[in-house]
Amino acid sequence: MPTPSLRTENLTIRFGGHVAVDHVTCAFQPGELTVIVGPNGAGKTTWFNLVSGQLKPSEGKVFKGEHDITGQSPSARAKAGIGRAFQLTNLFPKLSVLENVRLVVQARRGVGPRALSRAAALTDIRDEAMGYLESARLADVADYPAAALPHGDQRKLEVAMLIAMQPDIFMFDEPTAGMSVDEAPVILDLIAAIKKDMAKTILLVEHKMDVVRALADRIIVLHNGELVADGKPDEVMALPIVREIYLGVGAEDEE
Amino acid sequence: MSVSSIPATPARRIPVGRMAVYAIVFGIGLCLAFAPFLFKDVRAAEVAARICIFIVLVASYDLLIGYTGIVSFAHTMFFGLGAYGAAIALKAWGPGWDAILIGGGAGVLAALVLAVLIGLLSLRVKAIFFAMVTLAAASVMLVLASQLSDITGGEDGFTYQAPRLFSPAFKLFEDADGKVLRLFEVPLNGKVAAYYFVFLSSFVLFLVMMRIVASPMGTVLQAIRENEMRAEAIGYKVVAYRTAIFCIAAVIAALIGVVRAVWLKYTGPEVALSFHIMIDILLMVVIGGMGTIIGAVIGVVVMSLAQFYLKDLMQVAADATSGFPLLPDLLNPDRWLLWLGVLFILLVYFFPAGIAGTLMKKGSVR
Repeated sequence: MPTPSLRTENLTIRFGGHVAVDHVTCAFQPGELTVIVGPNGAGKTTWFNLVSGQLKPSEGKVFKGEHDITGQSPSARAKAGIGRAFQLTNLFPKLSVLENVRLVVQARRGVGPRALSRAAALTDIRDEAMGYLESARLADVADYPAAALPHGDQRKLEVAMLIAMQPDIFMFDEPTAGMSVDEAPVILDLIAAIKKDMAKTILLVEHKMDVVRALADRIIVLHNGELVADGKPDEVMALPIVREIYLGVGAEDEE
Repeated sequence: MSVSSIPATPARRIPVGRMAVYAIVFGIGLCLAFAPFLFKDVRAAEVAARICIFIVLVASYDLLIGYTGIVSFAHTMFFGLGAYGAAIALKAWGPGWDAILIGGGAGVLAALVLAVLIGLLSLRVKAIFFAMVTLAAASVMLVLASQLSDITGGEDGFTYQAPRLFSPAFKLFEDADGKVLRLFEVPLNGKVAAYYFVFLSSFVLFLVMMRIVASPMGTVLQAIRENEMRAEAIGYKVVAYRTAIFCIAAVIAALIGVVRAVWLKYTGPEVALSFHIMIDILLMVVIGGMGTIIGAVIGVVVMSLAQFYLKDLMQVAADATSGFPLLPDLLNPDRWLLWLGVLFILLVYFFPAGIAGTLMKKGSVR
């Protein structure tokens, strides 16, 4: 086995007496798209927060490649190549759509601290940001404040910002949640395009079965914070425990 | 749902409000640039210089509260450090540029060091605790200024001389007879030089701040204000940026404090450190519009004109209505603070985002 691009080892977090993520150990390879499933409250988003650094674990470690990054801040992890899109839309609401993406490009290129150059004059950064907006079909609304976008477009912007980070590890948290049937394909196409690059590792929390079937190389199942199943999509979906805990709730979520 | 609420190709609307604000600010800028020739009485010169200085002070505070979302009550402390630095040196060494440079420099440096300390120690904590820390620091500085009266002149403050270039007796240009040259009837003496020292310093500092908010860093600051967690998640060290802008704002406040000390030739708690100034800054930034920088110009002008001229205006109004019952009493100049309060409430009611902030939204997609 080559070195995994991302690995968590006994990753655990407790909130008071409640164990939200319970000794989760798993590893991810470049070129692999893993879908993380589980009912609401299973600890999927909490596990994401532990990996991207928004939460600090009570126990256990996170490795990016060979490096232990457990003690690193979210910004340091972002610089190290762990990119994260959020489940609840998490944008800069009063800034324009373009500025939202430009901030990401800026951060990656390290021009954020430049206090005396005109942002408008840095056209290469602007153009790069516009490129991401075009691929997410948001170029037309580039000048609108992010808060003015309809929900589906906010989700697209969220994904465009993640892609603009150009991370090694892409973490999508329900990227199509609340999107209409005709909008979701834009996002799925974007994810499929990332998947073509065999150097990238993709983690995806998703409920929609068609999405899971279309994209997943592997599925892991979280239940009450524990990793209860891990394997190829067909094998995992066939497990009784998965049918019981996931499909039951999944049907509810489809509404 | 899809994209129904926004047309695919947005109609380009003319940003009327934005243009109006720029026009107003440009007009104010012209008035300030030619103030000595436009407004010839002594009081007007004082008001114009105060407006210049406060525009910088308020704009630098806007970098914190409006752009980054940092609430600080220590802004006058930094202003005061600059002012006292220059003033103490001018008093000790006599009127000279070396005194301004070294004393002012020391004041600015002290402001920077203090800002780094406060920033690094407490910008990690919640906004309310940070505000409390700045309040405590500012109170300590105020107490120090009044207790160390050997150096600071205590509550009364102290006077000193500015460099000869700025003395009213100094002739900038002489005519053939050796008299001071006049331009539009205005003698080109040291008083004019002092005003332009204030104006140009303020102008340069203001331009620097306009540049900062239009820079990549300016956008990062707004991002931190909008969504701190996300700013961190895309790779910005939020504490570092907060500390940086806190220091930048502190240094600018201290620099304009130096200018204030040179212009007034007097420094004391009332003009350089007191919480009255802090409250004025807060009111001005709210009236002008937080997060606009340019709003500082409008906020400061409205407040300063009200503070300096509302009494006069009310005297006129009281005299004009002397035949009516009750009205002259209401309009008595002694009640000017009441009317200032009414004015403030009306402004906040009709311009919830400040004058500049509210106007700029008109006709704009933002």
